[in-house]
Amino acid sequence: IKGNRVMIFSKSYCPHSARVKDLFSSLGVECNILELDQVDDGANVQEVLSEITNQRTVPNIFVNKVHMGGCDRTFQAHQSGLLQKLLQEDSAYEYDLIVIGGGSGGLACAQEAAILGKKVMVLDFVVPTPQGTSWGLGGTCVNVGCVPKKLMHQAALLGQELKDARKFGWEYSHQVKHNWETMIEAIQNHIGSLNWGYRLSLREKAVTYVNSYGEFVEHHKIKATNRKGQETYYTARKFVLATGQRPRYLGIPGDKEYCITSDDLFSLPYCPGKTLVVGASYVALECGGFLAGIGLDVTIMVRSILLRGFDQEMAEKVGSYMEQHGVKFLRKFVPVMVQQLEKGSPGKLKVVAKSTEGPETIEEIYNTVLLAIGRASCTRKIGLEKIGVKVNEKSGKIPVNDVEQTNVPYVYAVGDILEGKLELTPIAIQAGKLLARRLFAGSLEKCDYVNVPTTVFTPLEYGWCGLSEEKAIEVHRKENLEVYHTFFWPLEWTVAGRDNNTCYAKIICNKFDNDRVIGFHILGPNAGEITQGFAAAMKCGLTKQQLDDTIGIHPTCGEVFTTLEITKSSGLDITQKGC
Amino acid sequence: MRHLVRSVPQTCPGPSSHLSPLSSAGRQNYDLLVIGGGSGGLACAKEAAQLGKKVAVVDYVEPSPRGTRWGLGGTCVNVGCIPKKLMHQAALLGGMVRDAPHYGWALQPVPHDWTTMAEAVQNHVKSLNWGHRVQLQDRKVTYFNIKASFVDAHMVCGVSKGGKETLLSAEHIVIATGGRPRYPTHIEGALEYGITSDDLFWLKESPGKTLVVGASYVALECAGFLTGLGLDTTVMIRSIPLRGFDQQMSSLVTEYMASQGTRFLRGCTPSRVQRLPDGQLQVTWEDPSSGKEDTGTFNTVLWAIGRIPETRSLNLEKAGVHTSPTSQKILVDAQETTSVPHIYAIGDVAEGRPELTPTAIMAGKLLAQRLCGQSSDVMDYENVPTTVFTPLEYGCVGLSEEEAVARHGEEHVEVYHAYYKPLEFTVAERDASQCYIKMVCLRKPPQLVLGLHFLGPNAGEVTQGFALGIKCGASYAQVMRTVGIHPTCAEEVAKLRISKRSGLDPTVTGC
Repeated sequence: IKGNRVMIFSKSYCPHSARVKDLFSSLGVECNILELDQVDDGANVQEVLSEITNQRTVPNIFVNKVHMGGCDRTFQAHQSGLLQKLLQEDSAYEYDLIVIGGGSGGLACAQEAAILGKKVMVLDFVVPTPQGTSWGLGGTCVNVGCVPKKLMHQAALLGQELKDARKFGWEYSHQVKHNWETMIEAIQNHIGSLNWGYRLSLREKAVTYVNSYGEFVEHHKIKATNRKGQETYYTARKFVLATGQRPRYLGIPGDKEYCITSDDLFSLPYCPGKTLVVGASYVALECGGFLAGIGLDVTIMVRSILLRGFDQEMAEKVGSYMEQHGVKFLRKFVPVMVQQLEKGSPGKLKVVAKSTEGPETIEEIYNTVLLAIGRASCTRKIGLEKIGVKVNEKSGKIPVNDVEQTNVPYVYAVGDILEGKLELTPIAIQAGKLLARRLFAGSLEKCDYVNVPTTVFTPLEYGWCGLSEEKAIEVHRKENLEVYHTFFWPLEWTVAGRDNNTCYAKIICNKFDNDRVIGFHILGPNAGEITQGFAAAMKCGLTKQQLDDTIGIHPTCGEVFTTLEITKSSGLDITQKGC
Repeated sequence: MRHLVRSVPQTCPGPSSHLSPLSSAGRQNYDLLVIGGGSGGLACAKEAAQLGKKVAVVDYVEPSPRGTRWGLGGTCVNVGCIPKKLMHQAALLGGMVRDAPHYGWALQPVPHDWTTMAEAVQNHVKSLNWGHRVQLQDRKVTYFNIKASFVDAHMVCGVSKGGKETLLSAEHIVIATGGRPRYPTHIEGALEYGITSDDLFWLKESPGKTLVVGASYVALECAGFLTGLGLDTTVMIRSIPLRGFDQQMSSLVTEYMASQGTRFLRGCTPSRVQRLPDGQLQVTWEDPSSGKEDTGTFNTVLWAIGRIPETRSLNLEKAGVHTSPTSQKILVDAQETTSVPHIYAIGDVAEGRPELTPTAIMAGKLLAQRLCGQSSDVMDYENVPTTVFTPLEYGCVGLSEEEAVARHGEEHVEVYHAYYKPLEFTVAERDASQCYIKMVCLRKPPQLVLGLHFLGPNAGEVTQGFALGIKCGASYAQVMRTVGIHPTCAEEVAKLRISKRSGLDPTVTGC
């Protein structure tokens, strides 16, 4: 299969095989034909073929290493032009595919392409932060995103659970202190093993990995610059941009010199101490949440609203839970200057902030200032202008069509740099994989960006899928919607003496579409675990009736969705009484 | 899918319109009388009262052989799901206390105090008992703390703790008396010295070294949390664990328990229990495979060998209500009607029903709605999700692999599976060998999902949503098109790529 442009596994007496042979000869294409009924190990070959292609029948056709299928599929491909496209592919370039960026999306795409027999290169290079932090292969999620974030969130949850444990009979009297260094070491060890795992996985799949900064110099050609400044040039038939994003800075005096971002926090070698978190993004709230959870003095400075783009009722509930659990919020202020008073680990910083509503300014001293005001796409310095790839001037994001193709046909993009798409690891992975299958295996399946579930790992987790209430009203009009909601009290919280009427569940239904659930929101422990299955149900067109007909699993939090009775429009009381 | 049946509105007559020739001063009339104040009975009573009916609930807890008794709410609240899950949570917290140092919390190993836990759990249960009383009052349901038995098909006689008799009659009667743990009375000393789950949750002192006899989910859950609380715990199993559940999952459940320190005595049956002079219990058992007898001493012996329906003291024959000769459960049709048209049975006491609180609640509510002409919907007992709260939780919905193969044939079933590692286990250096998911599908595209089995932390929370998916007729392809929530355990369900048939390694590596 590998050595031949066209490989046909056939049986000499098979009429379908004969048709295919005729097709190729009419196209003037030379084929290598193996008549399975005329070779000794024909049966074995057929067995192996059925294993790798899931097809037992002959003819079984491969074009440029891509499995075409049988006779009908080959003729279909001929009609659609796919066959000609596959036949045209030649080896004018060193690689079939170069992926720029070794994060979730890039790696998924590269590995899938390699599995499909393509020659693939991944370029990954982490530009150190202004504080000098850098990391290994795997991108944001693994190194400075989901993975360390969830682990620090877990550390904070454990702090709460230690308090619960006493109520459940576990006896210890002393004040338990948290040790930052122990946590960082354990988390960084885990990340190190993941970095290593990615390296290994690329090697196993024969993907060439180059730890260099990639930049287009001309069409189909890229310059790779390594840490030492050595430059190498590579060419490929197709390119995938998956460079992701990095945290933004404020552009005020002292920000790059003294502030850190989430890029630094997860490997910070010392405890950050009293911390100011600037921003209202989910990154800001998650970081502020777990820092407070491990016992630090945390203030979050918010310019306007929390979690822009999220359901605002839920966002406010997320915030108020944090406020009740020790996080201070400074609303409607923006920092204007950060000044170092003392060096150290951590040092002392003076922050001057001004009100967004008037001339008022305030000053406060913190050990650490963490900026979480948003992220900027890494699309400006990779030579896209040289080959004419369109970039949104304002956002730096790259517009693509529904098959992740940029305006330059051989250049594709996945992940956080896509305009108007979601910045989530699993969606980047899905998009990357499906892209590789479309590019190299004739698949037609597109990435579905609708009803993607997600979860914010704030102290009280917030999971959702579908539309926010605001967006639902905008799209469907308020009178066409019915919102069902309730507070709930997790059983585990009762004995622990934790807040009642805090955890909250809400669904938004479209009255004129069979009461279909178009928005699902839950605020409570294990929100991520709960939301996932409901997202699968929403993919299958979940309706309120189906929720009502489903039996709950008792006693869980998830079961609350099977007994939602009170509509928001009724204005009835939703505080909890009894079981 | 909701099974629609032809509407048979059985509007309850108002209280004044019901006059029976037997009417007398010592007797009270109701539209609906519910016998048994557990999950199903209370749900049915409250729903009917809400719909304007005159309703009474009679509930009476016969003390256990050890003398344990409790308040209103039935098994789930008092001696089932609620205290079980709370004690399970106590055990899980023990694991978290051990995890905490890995995450930077400076903490030495700590001991567990049973009394503190039991008091907290029991206080919560008592608050729920009280809550149920208040709810009945709010909805104007009359509550009698009396032990009921039938006088005839419309009349029930209740006897209070003090021996006072009350006669109650009703147009419709719902039997929701549930079940109680079974004692192996043929075993010498079983009744005198053993306890059951009816007692365990109300113990004021730690049970100490415990032998749990049985292989039901009750046995495994109890043994699991006792081990987790630091007690020396042994489970004695005659044949297979979790009969009726997917057997591959069952063996992973017990494998994990064994790795956490629970001892298992397989293929053994106890033959007698004796009390030693020091108060300890000496248990003698037989190992039929070797034919040998063995003994061990324990502080507590817990029987968890099954449950028997509470039908024997009801005088069902006076009302003409038929029971199954084998199970003693009450025979019912799809409308929950017994052999007597105006008498119904719901919950654990009804033949062929899953013994689960939420099914009883829903069956009770739907029954009340039908009785009051509000709806004609009958309960759908298919695809009921459930979760076993063993140390590693096991959530399932739909068919087991065995059942799927039996119904559809091995050639037509495709099983996707994965061994995964929860992110939180990594830093805590926990062993994830038994964290496993499998999805049982039809092999023919679009590969309808027949069953989902999830073993891992928070299995109940994970399973609930997918149960909806199965209810909506999810196919394998649809589940795969669902984007994961990262990083969670549940996302592994949406990433199941390896089929058993392929023989490929199902271990999830990387992110």
